[in-house]
Amino acid sequence: MHNPQLNKKGELQHLLSLEGLPREILTDMLDTAASFVGVTAREVKKVPLLRGKSVFNLFFEASTRTRTTFEIAAKRLSADVINLNIAVSSHTKGETVLDTVDNLSAMHADMFVVRHAQSGAPYLIANHVASHLHVINAGDGRHAHPTQGLLDLYTIRHYKKDFTRLSVAIVGDVLHSRVARSLIHGLTLMGTPDLRVIGPMTLIPTGVEKLGVRVFHDMAAGLRDVDVVVMLRLQNERMRGALLSSAQEFFKYYGLTQEKLALAKPDAIVMHPGPLNRGVEIDSAVADGPHAVILSQVTFGIAVRMAVMSTLAGN
Amino acid sequence: MTLALPDPESLCAELVRQLKPHVNAETALVGIHTGGAWLAQRLHEALGITLPMGVLDISFYRDDFDKTGLHPQIKPTRIPFDVDGRHIVLVDDVLYTGRTVRGAMNELFDYGRPASISLAVLIDRGGRELPVAAQYVGARLEVPTNLMLVLDLNENGKLRLKLDA
Repeated sequence: MHNPQLNKKGELQHLLSLEGLPREILTDMLDTAASFVGVTAREVKKVPLLRGKSVFNLFFEASTRTRTTFEIAAKRLSADVINLNIAVSSHTKGETVLDTVDNLSAMHADMFVVRHAQSGAPYLIANHVASHLHVINAGDGRHAHPTQGLLDLYTIRHYKKDFTRLSVAIVGDVLHSRVARSLIHGLTLMGTPDLRVIGPMTLIPTGVEKLGVRVFHDMAAGLRDVDVVVMLRLQNERMRGALLSSAQEFFKYYGLTQEKLALAKPDAIVMHPGPLNRGVEIDSAVADGPHAVILSQVTFGIAVRMAVMSTLAGN
Repeated sequence: MTLALPDPESLCAELVRQLKPHVNAETALVGIHTGGAWLAQRLHEALGITLPMGVLDISFYRDDFDKTGLHPQIKPTRIPFDVDGRHIVLVDDVLYTGRTVRGAMNELFDYGRPASISLAVLIDRGGRELPVAAQYVGARLEVPTNLMLVLDLNENGKLRLKLDA
């Protein structure tokens, strides 16, 4: 089946989802990101790869961290960055998404970074734009967040080296989490043998086993001997109806504390896509503790987004 | 076609001879990935330099990115010394158009302001498109423009020059 992200030569034209991508493309982007980590550590944190290109950040849904890291990534590649917070602009005046995109294309955009509350919105845009343009999905509804998935893969590879001998547990609100979905696809592509999701029945999507993961409703069983713990944010803004009794009760059963973390391997790493809800999904002692690599994720995220942008722009 | 290619190991010895009077233990060698890095490693040992050498991958500084995109096998650039005020010898295998050296100099300047940069190459094959010249040259060689001259490292650790179409 044709993958809408690939061009006729089989190269990555858009990054919309990690699902179904060749492993080689992921590996190349992770390797390229490793080179960009070096760039971001030096005095002049800029390379001239995207000089003269215009990157438009189209955020139809609020975000601070992701938008900022995309902006920094584009600027470190010497691109011009235009941030549009469409949640509070023409969208509210009634303009359609594709009309917005057409107008920005007429301003000679080269790349769109799109976040939207509707799953599939970046696909709609990618199918619509001219063939020299590139679209990056920065999170669409519950569907995918491929650059977060890639930076999670980068972080795991950085600390654990070999995907093919790892146990990874993803904990919490899997139902609403595009981060979880992208990471599951990414880890599966990289050959991770033991993938687990842990959460209350109401926050685990039905049929998630089809993605090749094991489902646990009990933290003690699910965390046993894992190498990597990925905590998800409890997404209050996406909660509808009575999925949870209370945040306190959630913390009691699924919040990551040092006692629960002790069940994982002694050298386990703890990840979180941010923003943290301290005392809801993660205890401060863990978030600030020696196993946490949460701030490394943020730093690596810039290098990973530089790798994605330069890979797309070169194809 | 047959073109007599010199033995890189003896060209390397020639470069050592030329460089010797101009270097000391603190000279900064920077090899351009990949062939230049192998060569810089040889020179670093043969010249008894103690300052760790640097390696540049100029992929992020190429002027043909719009045409060719990113090369998949990018190696991290490592400059394990302070560039500011230092005399640097840039090392590459083959000097041709001069565009690689231009990229390398741009990258070095993003690490600081060197006191000087000189250039050592195994082969100068002419064909310059930019005002770039090497101070240390193993050999000069005429190569037809349709052929690529590249340095290769075989499994015995021996350097070898070869022509690619």
